[in-house]
Amino acid sequence: MNDIEGLEGEEFVMTVELGKVREMARATGLSDYVDVVAAGDSSPPTFLTTQRNWQTGSADTWRLAGLHERLMLHAEQEYVFHGPPPPVGARLRCRSQITKEWHKDANSGKRLHFVEMTTWFRGADGSLIAEARMTGVEVLSDGGGGPR
Amino acid sequence: MSTGDGVPAPRQIGPVTRTDFVRYQGASGDMNPIHHDDAAAARSGYPTAFAPGMLPAGYMAAWAANWLGLSRMRRFKVRFVDQLWPDEVVWCSGGIEARRTEQDDSYLDLWLRCETTDGREIARGWATFVVDSESDLH
Repeated sequence: MNDIEGLEGEEFVMTVELGKVREMARATGLSDYVDVVAAGDSSPPTFLTTQRNWQTGSADTWRLAGLHERLMLHAEQEYVFHGPPPPVGARLRCRSQITKEWHKDANSGKRLHFVEMTTWFRGADGSLIAEARMTGVEVLSDGGGGPR
Repeated sequence: MSTGDGVPAPRQIGPVTRTDFVRYQGASGDMNPIHHDDAAAARSGYPTAFAPGMLPAGYMAAWAANWLGLSRMRRFKVRFVDQLWPDEVVWCSGGIEARRTEQDDSYLDLWLRCETTDGREIARGWATFVVDSESDLH
């Protein structure tokens, strides 16, 4: 059952804003970095999670897949950087796709439903700067069916 | 797993508060009420609001980036293991899992952990940094 695998939203543009970078740095304990970060510096490792602020409407692949309405928990998150993390001031061209959907039986006897969404972040010239892979999981009722 | 080679000491964070959760939620844009509203958390079956998983993930990533340099990070992965509740104190730590060379570039692969002071694992992670030489470790 891979109903949503391959589903892709429209491209969206995300700007690596200095103020948002400082907010994220302060919230995650990059205290030495907060007061010195400037345009051109690398953004914090998990900064790309702020993509949700830019990924709306027909670009919101998770919503298009009907997953916002389900009780999906965050199971894993991965960022791959093809060079330093995106610099402050960068304007990224981004697109997300549901890249994997699978099921697994837990020791509890419950059936787990996993979904992986990959987002590609590109520079103005189309070069790949970073990738984000988010894996969500929901516990299905015994024998499958809807969310817990 | 190595714990030597200039690996910095674990970092203690907390007690974490709802304000920490809200600060992170505002920064990330994830305003799910189960992370700040006890009633909403209860409706989803949780005893109280709890931290967004990406908050301890951010703590672990920051621990590693403070050591080896933010601009050198090439990969960060986290697996969420358990909830982090208000007023808990966590330790972030890690070590060297492997050193390797690919196409003339040297990399360090790290393992990362975030656990409460009573040893309950909150998240485990992995990170890769590009390094110039052994001297980067000190």
